[in-house]
Amino acid sequence: MSLPAIEVSGLSKRYVIERESRHDSLRDTLHHSARKLWRRLRWGTGFEREEFWALRDVSFSIQPGEVVGIIGRNGAGKSTLLKILSRITEPTAGQITLRGRVASLLEVGTGFHPDLSGRENIYLNGAILGMQRAEIRKKFDEIVAFAEVERFLDTPVKRYSSGMYVRLAFAVAAHLEPEILIVDEVLAVGDAQFQKKCLGKMQDVARNQGRTVLFVSHDLNAMATLTNGCLWLQAGQVGMSGPTREVIGAYLSRLAAGDEKRIQANKTGIERVEIECSGGGITQWFGEPMRIRILLAHPQPIVRACLSLQILDSLRRPVTHLWIYHDQQTFADSSGKTELVCDLPKVRLNVGNYHLRIFLSEPPGGREWDVLDGACNFEVLRRDQSNLWGWRPDTAAYFEENSWTIRKQT
Amino acid sequence: MDSPATATPPPSSELPALVLAAGRASAHYWRDLWRYRELAGFLAWRDIKVRYKQAVLGIAWAVVQPAVQTVLLTFVFGKLAKMPDGGVPYPLLVLCGLLPWQLFTGAFNGAGSSLVGNSHLISKVYFPRLIVPVSALAVALLDFAVMLALSLPVIAFFGLWPGWQLLLLPAFVLLTLVIALGAGLWITALTVKFRDFRFITPFILQIGMFVTPVGYRTDFLPNWRDLLALNPLSAVVDGMRWCLLGGRTEIYLPGLATSIITAALLLISGVWYFRRTERSFADII
Repeated sequence: MSLPAIEVSGLSKRYVIERESRHDSLRDTLHHSARKLWRRLRWGTGFEREEFWALRDVSFSIQPGEVVGIIGRNGAGKSTLLKILSRITEPTAGQITLRGRVASLLEVGTGFHPDLSGRENIYLNGAILGMQRAEIRKKFDEIVAFAEVERFLDTPVKRYSSGMYVRLAFAVAAHLEPEILIVDEVLAVGDAQFQKKCLGKMQDVARNQGRTVLFVSHDLNAMATLTNGCLWLQAGQVGMSGPTREVIGAYLSRLAAGDEKRIQANKTGIERVEIECSGGGITQWFGEPMRIRILLAHPQPIVRACLSLQILDSLRRPVTHLWIYHDQQTFADSSGKTELVCDLPKVRLNVGNYHLRIFLSEPPGGREWDVLDGACNFEVLRRDQSNLWGWRPDTAAYFEENSWTIRKQT
Repeated sequence: MDSPATATPPPSSELPALVLAAGRASAHYWRDLWRYRELAGFLAWRDIKVRYKQAVLGIAWAVVQPAVQTVLLTFVFGKLAKMPDGGVPYPLLVLCGLLPWQLFTGAFNGAGSSLVGNSHLISKVYFPRLIVPVSALAVALLDFAVMLALSLPVIAFFGLWPGWQLLLLPAFVLLTLVIALGAGLWITALTVKFRDFRFITPFILQIGMFVTPVGYRTDFLPNWRDLLALNPLSAVVDGMRWCLLGGRTEIYLPGLATSIITAALLLISGVWYFRRTERSFADII
């Protein structure tokens, strides 16, 4: 007989956001307490607090050996759910039963210390992820081989390339042997070849070793190949659950149907994004110009603003990447609003449905101000339909300009 | 896949079930703390490694600072203020006072800043958070060992051999660590919520330096003795001097009793406050 490996019932998590600022300093607290008292005396109510339910009445259960994916937009509660399952934070209500040892991988290389060598970091990271010393020693060679860092074992990891760093970090995590493995968006890093290797390893863990895996990713392809079941979180609630294909299908059609507008109250962020397609509405003709207008709100100046923009296809695979960084052209360095206009003189994307993902941040590694995902859906069509065949979305990602010369050889 | 096949897990019905619910986190806390003892070791080991890798002078720092302080305090208290030395060379009085004081400073500072310093771990991995401040004591303890090893020849050079009293030194080391951990737990848990407490630590240490008999001995200050005894570190300093100088100074027993009680209260209340606030660390750090 087998009981569910993960049983979640009525799970809710509430965060309380204080009205103005968080009480970061004692002075704030004293100040706020004084105001609170004053308000209570005057109006009979305390200080205003805003409640935010990151998760609300979530229930599901996962059988041992199942590989289940979680999808949903940013802020849908995916990370909160994983944090609760990993015991990092407590639920506000509801109950979870976990059967078996749980290991969670919410970030690649948690606890890596830049000044320690690769060898030292393997032990440290292994211990942080819950491995015993003997277990790490036993798997040490395997980890090193998987990460392909043999030659740099005694080099401090701060001298590693970012690829090596990620490989080493993932290798340690991949050799955990819990009964339940919880993985957050960690495959988004690293080069494609290594990503493939990691996916293979995860598949191996799931299929051959019969372990339960809970997996969050924005990479719907990975999701489709790895998981058999899928859970779609919508604003903290389970929107749909079932076989991966069906859930992803429903999720994509929702995404394509257009997203609600976002409102940023007095915060730094991307206020609005609009596209002007050559065909009007959301129809963009191949080879014709397209304009993207981005309105940024920045009540405070952003010192080193970077804006990057990805165009993703209907399977959410990035197709192209455009950006403007402060060292090319300074922008948003005083308070107020800024409009950025990006002109694409000739759109060379293949026919199909696309949307934008936009990041507003400091230079890589710095603060991330805002991420706008799933914005501005549009469809690329071609006017020059051939008589011989129709354009299809899956033949290419984009087209190069090209010319052909024909010389008949005699 | 190049990894060898590993055993499949046993059926789920045979595995221990872990239930998570609001307010339930404390159920297995102490058992978990024991299970994660290796992690505590690793974190301590990391701190030590990093300390001695980053600073070129490494161990030298543990020596230079107290040496300079010994000279200064000897000058201020021994020469300028002409405090009584009771026949013991003044530099030795100061040196033996600095030993526990440095241990306390290091341990208190380390434990006090440990949570914020490890915030990246706290927001990404589960483990009993008490491990963090406890493992932060290791660096201070190592520095103390180095300084002690270098102090013994100096004491011998002045011709004062420590006697059997030296055997009681570990007890005083333990007492220092308990006081430092108790106070450190309060500070580190408070710092998670109020970053101001970072600035309170140096302030406490600055005042502590003077209300702790580091630069003078208490047995010649009968009027002030009881007041000084309210500071749990007074008895520790007296005690370590007594251990290291072969019983040539006195231990004030009522002071020692106060110190032990205060230390226990600090630790118990520190653990209580830490445990009470622990569950929200990840949300606000």
